[in-house]
Parts: sequence; C-alpha cells; structure tokens
Amino acid sequence: MAMTARQRARVSLYVQAAIFVVAIAALVLATDWKTMATNVFNFGKIGPMFPDIFLVGLKNTLIYTFLGFVVGLSGGLLLALMKLSSFPLYRWIATGYIEFFRGIPALLVFIAFGYGVPLAFGVQWNVTIIVMISLGIVASAYIAETLRAGLQAVPKGQLEAARSLGMPQWRAMVTIVIPQAFKIVLPPLTNEVILLTKDSSLIYVLGLTASQYELTKFGRDGISSLGAGLTPLLVAGAFYLVVTIPLSLLARKFESRSARTKR
Amino acid sequence: MNDVVNSTAVHAAGVDITDLRKSYGSNEVLKGINLTVKPGEVVCLIGPSGSGKSTLLRCVNLLEQPNQGSIHVGGFEATDPDVDIDRMRRKVGMVFQQFNLFPHLNALRNCSIAQTKVLKRSQAEADKVSLHNLERVGLGHLADRFPDQLSGGQQQRVAIARALSMNPELMLFDEPTSALDPETVGDVLSVMRNLAKEGMTMLVVTHEMGFAREVADRVVFMDGGVVVEEGVAEQVIGSPAQPRTKEFLRRVLDPTHIEIEE
Repeated sequence: MAMTARQRARVSLYVQAAIFVVAIAALVLATDWKTMATNVFNFGKIGPMFPDIFLVGLKNTLIYTFLGFVVGLSGGLLLALMKLSSFPLYRWIATGYIEFFRGIPALLVFIAFGYGVPLAFGVQWNVTIIVMISLGIVASAYIAETLRAGLQAVPKGQLEAARSLGMPQWRAMVTIVIPQAFKIVLPPLTNEVILLTKDSSLIYVLGLTASQYELTKFGRDGISSLGAGLTPLLVAGAFYLVVTIPLSLLARKFESRSARTKR
Repeated sequence: MNDVVNSTAVHAAGVDITDLRKSYGSNEVLKGINLTVKPGEVVCLIGPSGSGKSTLLRCVNLLEQPNQGSIHVGGFEATDPDVDIDRMRRKVGMVFQQFNLFPHLNALRNCSIAQTKVLKRSQAEADKVSLHNLERVGLGHLADRFPDQLSGGQQQRVAIARALSMNPELMLFDEPTSALDPETVGDVLSVMRNLAKEGMTMLVVTHEMGFAREVADRVVFMDGGVVVEEGVAEQVIGSPAQPRTKEFLRRVLDPTHIEIEE
C-alpha cells in the first residue's frame, strides 16, 4: 500500500505524539508520588518562608544582580573599547581578561574574592562588595564581547561622519557610535542580566548572615529547617522565574523593535 | 548670532596638494598628485573607478593618512604630524556617497549635534543655524524627520545641511549622487549648484559630467593614481587632449556604445 508524501508526514506526526504520551505516562507511573508529596510538593509546610523570601531573598537577589550588572557594564564597555583599540597592549590585556574570566567557573571567582583576597591582603570586605566585584568581573568579560560586537556593527561611515564634523575620537564614540551600539546590543544585554540573576546564587559559598540571604540561600536554608524536603528550593526557583521570564519577554520585545526600525 | 546664520561662505579656504602618495600595502593608489584649489573655486574630480579620486578626496581631511607629500588646507598643514586634526576638520565639510546621517537623531539634531558638542554653541543657536541650513537645502519642513523617514535625495541634502551648519570654508563631496535614485539626483545637484554660486570652495568627486561641465571652474581627470589631464571644464570634457580622457568620456557619456575590436 503506497502512501502519498502528505500521508507519510501525518503518520510520522502521530507516531511522534504517541512516543511523547508514552514517555510522560512512564514518568508519571515510575514516580513515587507519596515521597514527592512530602519532599518536593509539600507546600503546607513552607509558610514560614514568607514573607522573608520575598522581602529579603528576592530583594537581595535583585540588589546583587543590579550591582553586578552596573560593574559588569562599565567594565565591559571599557574592555570592549580596549579590545578595539589601535594600541596593542590594550588589546592584549582585554583579550587575556576576557578569555580568563569566561574560561573559569564563576564559582571560583566568588571563592577567590570571598576567601582569597581577604587572606592575601588582610582586608575584610562586606558581602555586598564581594558579590558586586565577583559578579561584575565575570559579567564584564561576557558583556565586553557583546558590546564589542555591537560597536563593530555600527557602520564605519558613522565614525567617519562624526570625525569629519570635527569631533574628537572619544566624543564621536560617546555621542554617535556607542548610543547606536547600545540599541543593537539591548537584546543580548538583557540576556546577560538573566544569566547574572542566576549567577548571583553562587554567593552561597560565602558565609552569610540572615539579612544577606538571597533566593537560593533561602531555599537551601529552608531545606534544613522546614522539614519539607526540597520544596523550599522549588519555591526559590519559582521566584527566579518571576524575574527572568519578564526579562526574557523584554529581550524579545527589544529584538522585534530593532528588527522593525533601525532607529 | 545672525552673523552665523546669515554668512554664506564668506571665508573660503583653498587646498594645496603637493606630490601626494598613498599606498595600501604594495598597491600604490596615489602616485604623486599635485592639485590646487583656489579659495572660492569649484573643482570636479572625474575618472574611472579605482583611479584614486575618492582616496585623494579623503586624504584632504585625513580620513586616509597619506604616505608622502603635503596637503595645505586653509591655514592648516594637514600632513604635519602635530596638526590639530579636529580643528582643521571643523573648516572642512564632508559629504559622503552613503550620506552617513546619524540614524538615532532627527534631521535637526543631525545638523546641530556637532555645533553644540564641538563649536560649543547653545542648543537654541545651533537649532537656529540648523533650521536655516535645512531651509537652504529645501528641507526646513522635514526638520523633525529621522533619516529612515527620508528619501535618499532628502538624506543627502540633510547631510549637506549638516556640513554647512559648521560654517565650513571648504566642502568635499565624495560621489554625492552615486547612491541616489535617478529622480532625486537633480535636487542634490541643484543644492550644490547654489552652493557654488555663493562662492563656496568645493572639491567634488563625481560621475555627473553635465554638472561638472556646468558648475566646475576646473575639471581634473585622474586615472591609475595620477592626474592625466586638467583644465577648464569646457576644455577637459568638451575637447579632451589625452586619449585616456577621451576614452573615459566616451564610455561615460555613451554607456551603451559597444566597441568591437577587430
């Protein structure tokens, strides 16, 4: 019995859907729902997490992310300009920095600044400062590459036109090139913020006082104190989504807007 | 302030180019150019693509760095390593083939941004100058449009107004109509014609032979990185002396003409 191409495509689709349904059913059947109810979905016991997970955890996650982003953006812009510099030493420094900090786990940076630097220099930094620097250093390496691509995407004629009007190089960059580059990199930059929001959880390796807890630390703390198994982590995860999904939508909006008009 | 608005090229600068050489790697594109543009003069550079005429123009405001030779622009020696390049460029307006308007600024801001940031004029004064120059190119009514809302010809006229807003003493045009739709070429050329009448010193790279013939005081024909022939427009375009000039003009003026070698 010969089938037409359309019939074959339809059968293939049914087979795929069947495999999907069977896989889900197998997962559901294999799951120990009784354990899950006490250890993962035990929402009856998480009352004590509120309102602090919101007022302290979410707030700190947002503060750490924001500070890290501010440092990362400033550092990233500096590195991007260095990487595009005609002076070789600047390019080497920027390239070395970017490759190094993109190449090691962010966790190591947190440990280095949380424990290594205080040991090396005999200084005791406030946790907020450590997070700001650690996140900022990691973020700047990633953001630098994003910004470099954005700066290079601005047509060369823009800089030439600005310089021809008598603007010095720095003025032409600040007034003409960088504003256009920022519009180009707005979507990828928003994605950087999402990554940063999640990376702020790495702060758990530092010794924190309760008022410094962010979402993940809050969740981990809840695991040991509430007797609801992993449920507190599930709640913490939900709070991350509350932040990251709107950001993701924002990035998509920026993307469609820049696709619609060059302005 | 009215002086700034009403002055139309009162100060005109000349250009003096001596033995200019420029290479990209081993490829020498300018092979010892001598060229003088007197204050108030309009000189058109013509020649086949790759002849070095755009490179020559871009050397005048140092968008390209010459390897050898000297360029004097107004009171500046462009080829002096210590020249204040930004100060010199304020005197030299540049119009590009691709317009290069700033897409994130409207027409008025395109014209005023360098006035406020470079000449330190107040925003009000800069806007007044900008509007005056937009009116000069016939676009006063489109001052609040962004570049992507303007046709190619309109964009190029804004670009001319932008250059004029710095009160330049010399204007450089790099194939200003080559990227335009045919029906908008005329508007740009008539703006340039008016500018020439007002006494602006102009150095124009162009393929518009009609414009060169009518407006240019002198025409310079370049080929292969050298000046092959120069003289008054009527002579160079009307009755060229050099075979290479004749050949080029024949191709440009009658592009459908096909010569079959026997």
